Amino acid sequence: MSMKYVDEYRDADIGQVLAGEILAAVEPGRHYKVMEVCGGHTHSIYKYGVDDLLPENVELVHGPGCPVCVIPMGRVDDGIAVAREDNVIFTCFGDMMRIPGSESTLQDAKAQGADIRMVYSPLDALRIAKSEPDRQVVFYAIGFETTAPSTALTLKRAKAEGIKNFSVMCSHVTIVPPLRALLESPDLRLDGFVGPGHVCTVVGARPFEFIPADYGKPVVVSGFEPVDILQSILMILRQIQDGRCEVENQYKRIVPYEGSTAALKVMEEVFELRAHFEWRGLGFISQSGLKLSEAYADFDTEQRYEVPHVRVADPKACQCGEVLKGVIKPWECKVFGTACTPERPIGTCMVSSEGACAAYYNYGRFAREREVV
Amino acid sequence: MADQPAVADRETRILGIIEKTRAKPSKFREKQITMAHGAGGKATQGLIEGLLVPAFDNPTLSAMADAGAVEVDGVELAMTTDSFVVRPLRFPGGSIGDLAVNGTVNDLAMAGARPLALTLSLVLEEGLPSDALRAEVEAIAAAAEAADVEIVAGDTKVVERGHADGMYVCTSGVGQRDPRAALAPDALEPGDRILVSGSIGEHGTAIMLARGEFDLDAEIESDTRPLWPAVDGLLEAAGPQLRCLRDATRGGVASVLNELARASRVAMIVNEGNVPVQPAVAGACELLGIDPMYVANEGKLVAFVAPEAADEALEALRAVPGCERATDIGEVKTDPPGMVLVQTAFGGKRVMDQLVGDPLPRIC
Repeated sequence: MSMKYVDEYRDADIGQVLAGEILAAVEPGRHYKVMEVCGGHTHSIYKYGVDDLLPENVELVHGPGCPVCVIPMGRVDDGIAVAREDNVIFTCFGDMMRIPGSESTLQDAKAQGADIRMVYSPLDALRIAKSEPDRQVVFYAIGFETTAPSTALTLKRAKAEGIKNFSVMCSHVTIVPPLRALLESPDLRLDGFVGPGHVCTVVGARPFEFIPADYGKPVVVSGFEPVDILQSILMILRQIQDGRCEVENQYKRIVPYEGSTAALKVMEEVFELRAHFEWRGLGFISQSGLKLSEAYADFDTEQRYEVPHVRVADPKACQCGEVLKGVIKPWECKVFGTACTPERPIGTCMVSSEGACAAYYNYGRFAREREVV
Repeated sequence: MADQPAVADRETRILGIIEKTRAKPSKFREKQITMAHGAGGKATQGLIEGLLVPAFDNPTLSAMADAGAVEVDGVELAMTTDSFVVRPLRFPGGSIGDLAVNGTVNDLAMAGARPLALTLSLVLEEGLPSDALRAEVEAIAAAAEAADVEIVAGDTKVVERGHADGMYVCTSGVGQRDPRAALAPDALEPGDRILVSGSIGEHGTAIMLARGEFDLDAEIESDTRPLWPAVDGLLEAAGPQLRCLRDATRGGVASVLNELARASRVAMIVNEGNVPVQPAVAGACELLGIDPMYVANEGKLVAFVAPEAADEALEALRAVPGCERATDIGEVKTDPPGMVLVQTAFGGKRVMDQLVGDPLPRIC
């Protein structure tokens, strides 16, 4: 297994060239705020130190695209309640384990005896269901359009194979409604968007046309390597420089403009839109969440078990919502780094390594002016 | 932001608070043990610094070396103990028996002690096939011979089915401290070079793949091996200019660097591009979303050496079989104390913090 094919997108020399072009594309007196929508971008930016290569007046704002961070407390409580049911094997991605519910986490529930297992894909959960036919296996599905197709395909397979002891607790969400909600927010000041490349492999670039059309902001769909991100930022700055405003696709090697017809078709078959879904920090957003369609209702965990559905308000001190909107930087939150740390998180942005706060705490604390001596 | 000095001040102040919090001894506050307490990161540190060290309060234990120093009538000994709970019992490159010997002799070696003898405790699960046990006993005998130690005492217990994953193994070891060694976790000085004895992340990755939970196929073998020959070579080349040694087991190289940056109140900078990682390990870790710097090794050490002795130490290390890929990966600095920073291959800088949570299954 070799990752040779990505090397050119991590080349430091190309990075320096792009950094130079970015410097040439900005007006010295002007401040630029660019939002990277996807948590995967946030992670890459910190991992590779991409922001070190940007001029002082180009600021990156971390957007709402971390799938773990947007899950509200009540939804975590619902998961814990199901995990504690008799005979249940509860499966989820590793990042979900430490997200705080109103009283505890899935990790705590596991230590107290619930059978909770970390998986890397919904197919792993289906495999567990097949090997333990006497148990009920629940998969806690989260994520944007990136992960929804694999949940959908797993459900299709479960249905085709007639597997009765498998169900999905669906917390999938879609990316366009929260972006629209953000753009409607009066305190938001952004100059452009680095578009979510992984989501776009499924939905394509077309659904983002409303951003330049209705809100006058450029969008560049971007890959996840550091060179991709720098190039996308440059493309946004060039649009501003040229007075253009459109959706451009930096990630053409993967993303077709129309997306993946096959993935969209299977999603349409397996899911339907919820009327409302609650987002951590952003509140209820209409038509932003997915649930299982009528045809797959038998596989819906929420139909099989009594789920509390108690709404829990976000903790008062936590400003995850403003961080998600890009209104404040993580360190501007009242509890950042003191009461809220990666080992004892209050807000979800501090839990996942893709969360804006955890990424800043882990990687970004070292302020860029400060030298190592 | 350059145009907002008040805001910048606030950021600096908050960063200061975080740094101060990091430097304090960790507390043990959780209501129950979770898997994170076994992962070698912050929770493990809290368990050790917050519960165990204060309870047994003595200077030898508080020094937090891999093995404790004991003096008997002028003879300088080192003692250590370790338990092994890995699943599966056998994996590419080794087995629980190899780990049980190498893990303990390596802890002695990291204290600058030549391993002399081990004791062995076996906790066996009802129903364990005798052939599986026989294979591990043979592996233990072979590993002990390779490491030049004798198993001088032992114990066996059997527990009901379902109470152990086949078998758990505990070994304790005694060694004689080498007079050439002057090693201490708080001995690091700015300017010291940071060496690793070979490519990293192999053991943890091999175990994850051997568990068969991922649809990944890659030829990655555990690096389990005894490290005394490497330590012997380093002591011969650098003597007292060898400041400290750590084997990068649970929590990986990142955890070793963070632990010693805190213990010596120094900063460290690691050149990411110089860190040796096999392409198969890098590929598997990338797919699993794990940084190889945090992945366990069972036959790799990190050595901190005074700059004037670093070249000779590296040469000596490379002459030891299994350490041919030894590399200088970075330097000890002064400021910011307690922090490990990475110069990324892409040209940026970031913090490499301690591990939080439990990203990995039981690996040793």
